[in-house]
Amino acid sequence: MITSPRTPDGPGVPEALEKLMTELDSLDRTERGQMLIELSREFEEVSPEVAARPFPEDHRVLRCESEAYVWALEREDGTLEYQFAVENPQGVSARAMAAILQQTVSGETPEKIAAIPSDIAIRIFGGSLTMGKGEGLMGIVAAVSRAAKNRLERTDAG
Amino acid sequence: MSEISERGYSNPGALVSTQWVADHLSDAGIRIVESNEDPLVYPSGHITGAVDIDWAADLNDPLRRDYLDRSGFEALMSRSGIANDTTVVLYGDRNNWWATYALWVFGLFGHTNAKIMDGGRIKWDAEGRPTTTDVPSYAATNYSAGERDDATTRAFRDDVMKHLGGKLIDVRSPAEYSGERLHMENFPNEGALRGGHIPGAANVPWASAVDPSDGTFKSAVELREIYETGAGLSPNNDVITYCRIGERSSHTWFALTNLLGYGKVRNYDGSWTEWGNSVGVPIER
Repeated sequence: MITSPRTPDGPGVPEALEKLMTELDSLDRTERGQMLIELSREFEEVSPEVAARPFPEDHRVLRCESEAYVWALEREDGTLEYQFAVENPQGVSARAMAAILQQTVSGETPEKIAAIPSDIAIRIFGGSLTMGKGEGLMGIVAAVSRAAKNRLERTDAG
Repeated sequence: MSEISERGYSNPGALVSTQWVADHLSDAGIRIVESNEDPLVYPSGHITGAVDIDWAADLNDPLRRDYLDRSGFEALMSRSGIANDTTVVLYGDRNNWWATYALWVFGLFGHTNAKIMDGGRIKWDAEGRPTTTDVPSYAATNYSAGERDDATTRAFRDDVMKHLGGKLIDVRSPAEYSGERLHMENFPNEGALRGGHIPGAANVPWASAVDPSDGTFKSAVELREIYETGAGLSPNNDVITYCRIGERSSHTWFALTNLLGYGKVRNYDGSWTEWGNSVGVPIER
């Protein structure tokens, strides 16, 4: 199992995300699949106020076969809100990954989000992920944390 | 796209339409099999009565990079309710990449009574046809398979080495073929150290064979234009197809063998993830 990095100096994985992953850890393969499918149905596409098709390539997730896009919006309190699009109509796993991040990462600080390791995707989906699938799902997580890192760099520069 | 019977295929029975599948859902001699790239697609909803066969979990050996053996295939068929005389109809996501891959693996064990649902899952969904999350349960069968035949339709790296100078079809994207990219654009890199293609290979991307509007296969005339006029093949050629891990090339293998009637086509499933990592093999850019 992949454990969340928690050090005295590091913020670790957001609490809601850790809680969800712990719940998934307790499920067998079929139950895990059903929960992920249910989460995929809760996926909410990026609002038209934020982006419209064709979505800009600079928001596209690298390595994701389901053509996922990520937007990070800064809230007034300095936390980030994430919105996603998944263009592959059969991209169930990608929508589940996006929904999980929508629900558990939005509202967290850039510092906390930047520290999320991309291999949490393997813990979320279980060890049976194929190489290609794992790369794509980790790409979504990496895009989320990269957006937070970019935000931090702009803050440092400003 | 026209009716399958009007497209001039050498074996039109290798393809069935979505309507044909809808009309045969209750036929006891037919088993519908879904095979996808995304393992969550089947449990999220599938054609009524369809069983799930996962390319990685079910068709591959869990340890070695190879396929399941005879006893493993017999067990898979048995628990899927497939008997030796069952007609298997395969469909799936990604324009039937994994469905044709599964059909090709079935053929290694001699189960050639298998068809592809033209257009795959996306066409079924686009037509608004019903799906269910109910997982069917079928009585186990006493399936008897032959030993896996790795010589007739499968090629290994050494076979490809001996075949250099012969007809090779690289079905990856032009950027992968040229070596500009190590993987399909926006797809993951599944670990190749070198880019390029096997010397002498012609580049005919897999998608050339399908109508982009609905994912159905093009007519035989159109396919001949692509593979014969365009890539210099003829039906009596000894051909090897390859891609990244053997799934896209199984789609082209299906088109050449079942739709155009080519007699000797082998799929190199090691494909670029093996060739692009092998020490000392020739590469062309």
